[in-house]
Formats: sequence, structure tokens, C-alpha cells
Amino acid sequence: MDSVINLLVAAVLAGTPLLLGTLGEILTEKSGNLNLGVEGIMFMGGVAGLAGAYYYERLVQSPSGAVAVLIAIACAFACGAFGSLIFSLLTVTLRANQNVTGLALTIFGTGFANFFGEVMASRSESGYAAVGDVIKSAFLGIRIPVLSDIPVLGKLLFSYNILVYLAVVIALAMAWFLKHSRKGLCLRAVGENPQTADAAGINVTRCKYAATCIGGGICGIGGMYVVMVTCGGIWVHNCVDGKGWIAVALVIFAMWSPARALIGSLVFGALSIMRLYVSLGIPTQLYDTLPYVATVVVLIFVSFKHRRENQPPAALGTPYFREER
Amino acid sequence: MTARSKSAHREPLVRIVKRGDISTRKAWCIRALAALGAVLTGALLILALGHNPGPVYGQMIIGALGSKTALTETIKKAIPLLGAAIAIAPAFKMKFWNIGAEGQIMAGAIAASYFALFHGQSLPRPVLLLVMMAAALAAGALWGVIPALFKARWGTNETLFTLMLNYIILGFERYLQNGPWKKPSSGGFPKIAMFGESAKLPRLFGVHIGWIFVLVLVVAMTVYLYRSKHGYEIAVVGESEPTARYAGMNVARIIIRTMLLSGAIAGLVGFLQVSGANYTLTENTAGGIGFTAITVAWLAKLNPVVMVFIASLLAILQKGSGRIQTEFLIPASAAEVLTGIILFFMLGCEFFINYRLILRPGKERKHG
Repeated sequence: MDSVINLLVAAVLAGTPLLLGTLGEILTEKSGNLNLGVEGIMFMGGVAGLAGAYYYERLVQSPSGAVAVLIAIACAFACGAFGSLIFSLLTVTLRANQNVTGLALTIFGTGFANFFGEVMASRSESGYAAVGDVIKSAFLGIRIPVLSDIPVLGKLLFSYNILVYLAVVIALAMAWFLKHSRKGLCLRAVGENPQTADAAGINVTRCKYAATCIGGGICGIGGMYVVMVTCGGIWVHNCVDGKGWIAVALVIFAMWSPARALIGSLVFGALSIMRLYVSLGIPTQLYDTLPYVATVVVLIFVSFKHRRENQPPAALGTPYFREER
Repeated sequence: MTARSKSAHREPLVRIVKRGDISTRKAWCIRALAALGAVLTGALLILALGHNPGPVYGQMIIGALGSKTALTETIKKAIPLLGAAIAIAPAFKMKFWNIGAEGQIMAGAIAASYFALFHGQSLPRPVLLLVMMAAALAAGALWGVIPALFKARWGTNETLFTLMLNYIILGFERYLQNGPWKKPSSGGFPKIAMFGESAKLPRLFGVHIGWIFVLVLVVAMTVYLYRSKHGYEIAVVGESEPTARYAGMNVARIIIRTMLLSGAIAGLVGFLQVSGANYTLTENTAGGIGFTAITVAWLAKLNPVVMVFIASLLAILQKGSGRIQTEFLIPASAAEVLTGIILFFMLGCEFFINYRLILRPGKERKHG
């Protein structure tokens, strides 16, 4: 029983960066932009979040953990949004190919993050770009006086770090936004049929820019999670290591639904840490490929079943040029 | 979209008009300007780090081309980039987004290594090298055709499929390196043994003969894409699948055939890496080449001849960034940052080649 709970808790912790990446990409794809740069954007958000917390710590005498968390979130969001802004500028305004631009963004973002991570490390006295214990502990699990002490539920529900709850809130808010708000409806219209949306008076360009940049910001927070929580507040070369790509795949697994992304990221989080808890008798290195194998299985499965509500936004990946109707 | 006028009825500030035709000279001028813009942006970055961009760029070029050893190393980096870009070209021309060259390279490398490691003693050198090459071609083709089969039959998304296969084969390589293929004496840092002499590709002019392979591929792929029936079919499927179907082409067969070819060439690159460059198999055998090659192919507009230059340029960047790391303590990841910046500028400048901006007539009149 204990090990099941531990597995679930670890799955939530491992699944949260995937969830944030997935949510960001869902919002992006709902506008019809297929941004394959999630990996790069997560890298950018990761290094920016770390840099924010790191330099805040050096600037003030007694850093506060809560402020550091807020700064890290803001920096990660801004940097992720900046990466997506490059993407939007190139694909929406300058009409470049979305696939290639996304890949270019991944190359750029990966280099950008490793570059600045190493610059930060090389300029510190210790040779590492790492935050101190105060800030590190701000990214550890919270303790709510009574709730966290409830036997099983306390650990399952009230023991995580603050970013986990943020991710869940974003997921629920996004689910509501897409389904029940007017802006969300407009956004879906743009992703499904930009011509019609344009004719209905929706500013297609602005919609795409906004959704892509906010989505990129959310992905950026996911990258920050990897650096501050998974790696413990220290820059590790190539730390995101494919999580952004899993997020792209999870969007398909979740069939463009933020609520289903919650389940999907939990499953994939569990797959990625399961070898520590369940032995299937296969070598570690092969165990590590399970999330990717699962993604392939999902991809194939989704392509078999063509249900209407499970389909991607109709105009996904196709650019919209008003003049070329 | 670019309308910023305050009242709805005024003419927008900038109008976008598709160019009917643009002279090659003008197009290259725009591209040169974009390249210049990328270099300047890179210079700003170097300035921000507190270095003088001039010497940094200078050292980069010296580090990549300044001596015979440097030049050899640069060519050694360009070979797999060019090979993988050629592998990607037919798939991308078909609008089959094969971002799995990385994995296909690894598949070829693993297959070639198998024969080098376990049959290296029993076979004479030419036979061994041929067997290794054949195995690499077959393994690359196999790893490339799996997503093609699903795409052709069920329309499964190939972008993600090929991508996931990269990670799966990488995990398989790590397993081999840590388990069955581990060199017994390598202890805590598991490694695969170095190949014997007979499994190493011969050299010509100081570089392994992989460069001849890829140059032959450049010519062959140019002919294949632009002068053969297959190439024509690939182009039609890429432009419009319904058209291809209407013209009586077997689209599924073309997709599968093209990915067999694409994967096989990528597999060959894997063979060149293990047998020519590294003499062993590591998890860095593909080392991002498959991804960088995509940008090489795209920047070259899928033209194999142009790829030679782009691959060389990126190889110079990569090799040169090693130099600036030792000289100026600028991290070697600068190569990726600069590659990204160049890509952004190149992708963006195509817009100005395809479209013309017309400003609203007013005080100023400009035609861009």
C-alpha cells in the first residue's frame, strides 16, 4: 500500500512538467499553430526561471522563498512567451513553415539554455549555477497544518510543491476557458476554420499570437519545474531531455482536452519513474523507453479511431493568409 | 493582419502583395542581407557577454579552417550533416516530416557495429566493410519504413512517430552499451570496445572516405529528385496527394518506397560515423546530427548541391565554437544558438522573397 502511494506521488511529481508542456501546447494548437518548439521553449523557460531565482538570491541580503518562486514563474513565463513570439512572428506574420520553424526553435532554445546555464555556472565561485537552500526548499512540498497529516489523503493530495497545484489550476481554468468562455470559442473557431472566424470579425492574427505566446509561457513554466524541482535548483546540461517532445505527443494522447491532459501526464509521469517501484525484469535502459513506446501506441491507436470529437483542430498546421483564399 | 489604421475604412499602412517573379540576383541579395542580420545578432550576443565580436568570429574561422588538422575535423563534422540532409530531402519533398533521421542513423550504426564487434575477426576487410554497410542500410531503412507503413495505411502522424523512434533506439543503444555489448574492462563507465583495424574505413587525403560517399550521394540524389520518374512522383505527392491519386499514382507505395530510401541513407551515415569517424558506438554517435540536418536540408530548399555549402557552414560553426570555448571561455553551445539565429533569419527572409510590401501612399513612398 505504501509503495503504491509513493508511486502515485512520484508519478504526479514527474508528470507535472509534462502537464505544463502539454497544456501550453494545447492552447497553441487550438489556435491552429503546431509549435514543435516545445522542447526548446521548455529549455528557455527553465534557464530563465533559474536565472531569475539565482540573481534575486545574489541581489538581496535575505532572500524569501515565496518571492523567488514568483520571480522564477514570471521569468520562465516571459522567456517561454518570447520563444513563442519568435515562432509566431515567423509563421503567422512571415509565413514560414511551421514544422521547420518549430524545429529551429528547439535547436535555438536548447542551445540558448545550455549556453546561458554554462555562462552562469562559469561565472559563479563554485562553478555551478545553483540556488541556495532557502530557495530550494521553497520548491519542495508544502505542509498544510491539518490537511497534510490526514493518513493517506494528506500525502496523496496535500504534499506537493506549489507548481503542481498551479499546473492543475491552469488545466482546469483552460478547460473552462476553451469550453465556456467567449474568447475560448473565438480561439477554437480560429483553429478550426480561420476563414470563417475572420469573416465573423475575429482578429485571427491577434488570436494566434496571443494563444501561442501564452501557451509558450506555460510551457516555459514546465521547463522551470524541471530545473527547480526535478534537478533541485541547479543547471544540468540538457536537463529537459525530451520532455518537451513527450508533451507534444501527450497533446495527441489527451486529444486536445486539458482535462484529459491531467490523466495523460499522470500516466506518462508514472511510466517514467515506474522502474524505481515496479520491476518488470527488463533492463533499466529499456524501461526508460516505455513512455516513448506508449506514445507510439497512442499515436497508432488515435489514427485507427476517427471519432469526431477526438480530432485535432481542423486547420492545425496550415497557415492562414487572408489574401490567398 | 498588418492593418493598424485607426479608422476601418482607411487603407492599411502596409499591404502585402505576392511577387510574380523575382530575379535570382535580388533573391540572393535578400538572403545575403538576412545572413548579415544573423551575424550581427550573434555579434550583439557576444558583445553582451563582454567580448569583442570581431576577434571571436575570427577565432571561430581560424579554429575551423586555420590548420590542416582543424580543416580535417571540420570536414569530418560536415560529412554526416550532409549525408543526413540528403537522406531527409526526398521525405521532406514528399511533405513526409521525417524527423527521425537521428534514430535511423543510430539504427544503422548499431547494425554496422554488430558485425564490426562480433564478426570483425572472421571476415576479410573488404567483405566486412561491405557487410557492415549493407547491414546499416537495411537497419536504417527498417527504422524509417515503420512510420511510413502506418502513415500510408492509417494516416498515423509521422512527425511524432519518427521522433519517438529516435528515443526508443537510443534507449536500445544504452542497453547494449550497459549490458550485452559492454567492454568487460570499462568498469563504472560502460563503453563498447573499439573496432578492430579491419572494421575501420580507409582514409583518403587525411579524411575517412565517407566524404566520397556523400559527394556521390549529392549527385545521385540530385538526379533522383530532379531527373527521375520517382523524383517526379515524390514532388507530386508532396504538392497534393489528391492530385497524385487522381493521376493514378499509388501514394502508399511512393511513401513507403521513399522512406525506405530516406532511412537507408541515414543508416549509411550511421555506418560512416562508427566505421569512419569514431571507430566505436556510443550514445552520441548520432549526437543531434539528424536534427541539425533537417535545417540543412530546409535552408538548401532540399537542393543537394546547395546542401554541401550549408552543411559546411554549420560544420564550421560547430568546430569554430569549440575553439572559442578554449580561447574565450564562451560555452560551445554558442554553435546551436548561432545556428538557431541563422535559421530564424533565413526562414524569415523567404517572406520578403515571396512577397512585396507596399506602404500606404503618404509622406513617404517606399517599395521593399
